[in-house]
Amino acid sequence: MHEESYVSTQVIGKANLFKKAKLILSRLDIELTERCNNNCIHCCINLPLDDTDAKKRELSTEEIKKILKEAVSLSCLTVRFTGGEPLLREDFEELYLFARKQGLKVLLFTNATLITPHLVELFSKIPPLEKIEITVYGMKKSSYEAVTRVDGSFEAAWRGISMLLDYKIPFVVKSALLPPNKDEIDDFEEWAKSIPWMDKPPSYSMFFDLRCRRDSQKNKSIKRLRITPEEGLKILTRRKDKYIKEMKEFCSKFMRPSEDKLFSCGSGHGGCVDAYGKFQPCMMLRHPECVYDLKNGSLKDALENFFPKMREIKAINPDYLSRCARCFLKGLCEQCPAKSWMEYGTLDTPVEYLCRVAHEQARFLGLIGKTEKSWEVSGWKDRINEFVKGNR
Amino acid sequence: MKSGVSLNNIYKPSEDVVAREVAGEFIVIPIASGVGDLEDEIFSLNESGKSIWDKLSADKSLRDVALELSEEFEAPLEKIEKDCVGLIQELLKRKIVVNQGNN
Repeated sequence: MHEESYVSTQVIGKANLFKKAKLILSRLDIELTERCNNNCIHCCINLPLDDTDAKKRELSTEEIKKILKEAVSLSCLTVRFTGGEPLLREDFEELYLFARKQGLKVLLFTNATLITPHLVELFSKIPPLEKIEITVYGMKKSSYEAVTRVDGSFEAAWRGISMLLDYKIPFVVKSALLPPNKDEIDDFEEWAKSIPWMDKPPSYSMFFDLRCRRDSQKNKSIKRLRITPEEGLKILTRRKDKYIKEMKEFCSKFMRPSEDKLFSCGSGHGGCVDAYGKFQPCMMLRHPECVYDLKNGSLKDALENFFPKMREIKAINPDYLSRCARCFLKGLCEQCPAKSWMEYGTLDTPVEYLCRVAHEQARFLGLIGKTEKSWEVSGWKDRINEFVKGNR
Repeated sequence: MKSGVSLNNIYKPSEDVVAREVAGEFIVIPIASGVGDLEDEIFSLNESGKSIWDKLSADKSLRDVALELSEEFEAPLEKIEKDCVGLIQELLKRKIVVNQGNN
């Protein structure tokens, strides 16, 4: 037996446990509720705080614990608690402690408005081992509450953030760029720099998703909030050199036509349990053919049998086959079955807005000409090579 | 003993950690703050470490642990005792085990 060192230390975020063996499940997302105490103008999922029907249908404490236990048995190391607003669950503390005592790290997505002195004490004694992620909707009461549409939410969020800072609970911030707050981006980034755990600039959502459960009325208003592809490009290229450097790395790996294969992402290798016990292949995809009922099955069965079959679904929509299937901008485009589902209720319809965003970026990077369509480009490999080498 | 670890003492896993096998690796994950030097560290035990860890319990002195392992592995007791002391030293330093004394 005798050895020099018996214990080695790994920083959690950098642990390479998962590179050594193929795990069934490395991380699990759980939407603890779809309800939210905010009513954000752009949100793709939130239900009203007092939606009693939704609350009644939510998984019970014991059902969630059972799912967490199974996740641990499948070697899961991290659970992400999201929502809606996960802190709305009255049993949040119980679930959090249960997950941590099972040896899971907890990644919490929250708006911070429901952070209490009791919770920060808890996070201080029993740390989540992952930085809490907070979405900040504005730097001023007027802008913040124009997004959340809840009086007092600005003060509540900043109170929560201050408590986390006081107790030195690691967190990062991100934002959603919307008409009420988009002029505050510099102020936001300046403030974000002062947060000790921000090791890179904050991320933004701006090409907003439509409602995950499809809602034509709300979708109309979300569409109106979307920035134009030109505006989006301006924001993406604010740090132009960094953007181009990242795009070169990205393009060298991920640019190619996907042909009729719909699932080329990680969807279904992990997944997201919705508030009612349906296991989705990702946080967004709720197409009935793609979700698995955990009340009548198990994570293992979904991951080993259901999702692999789902991943074999091929595109059949002629429009998709003539455009997306032949488009080499795959790495720049957010087109996927989930986005198609949210926009059109199908898995394989080209999402026009995302197509325009991808083309705008490709034109900026010199990958396509002013009037060219990406699916018409035959020598795309040469264009990528030239771009990566810096010749375009 | 120079190391501060006594074979007569009982050492047991702290209630502030949980041990799990993930991806074929035996890891110890902190539950409460104060384990290890940083808040975001996990600890991997090697094969020898895992064998010793599995034997640690509230009613067994470290010498008993070493005796059991010496029989199981058919290895010299002196060498196993050295392993046990080495591991416990490392774990105590990180507050992963607690010293229960020699009752």
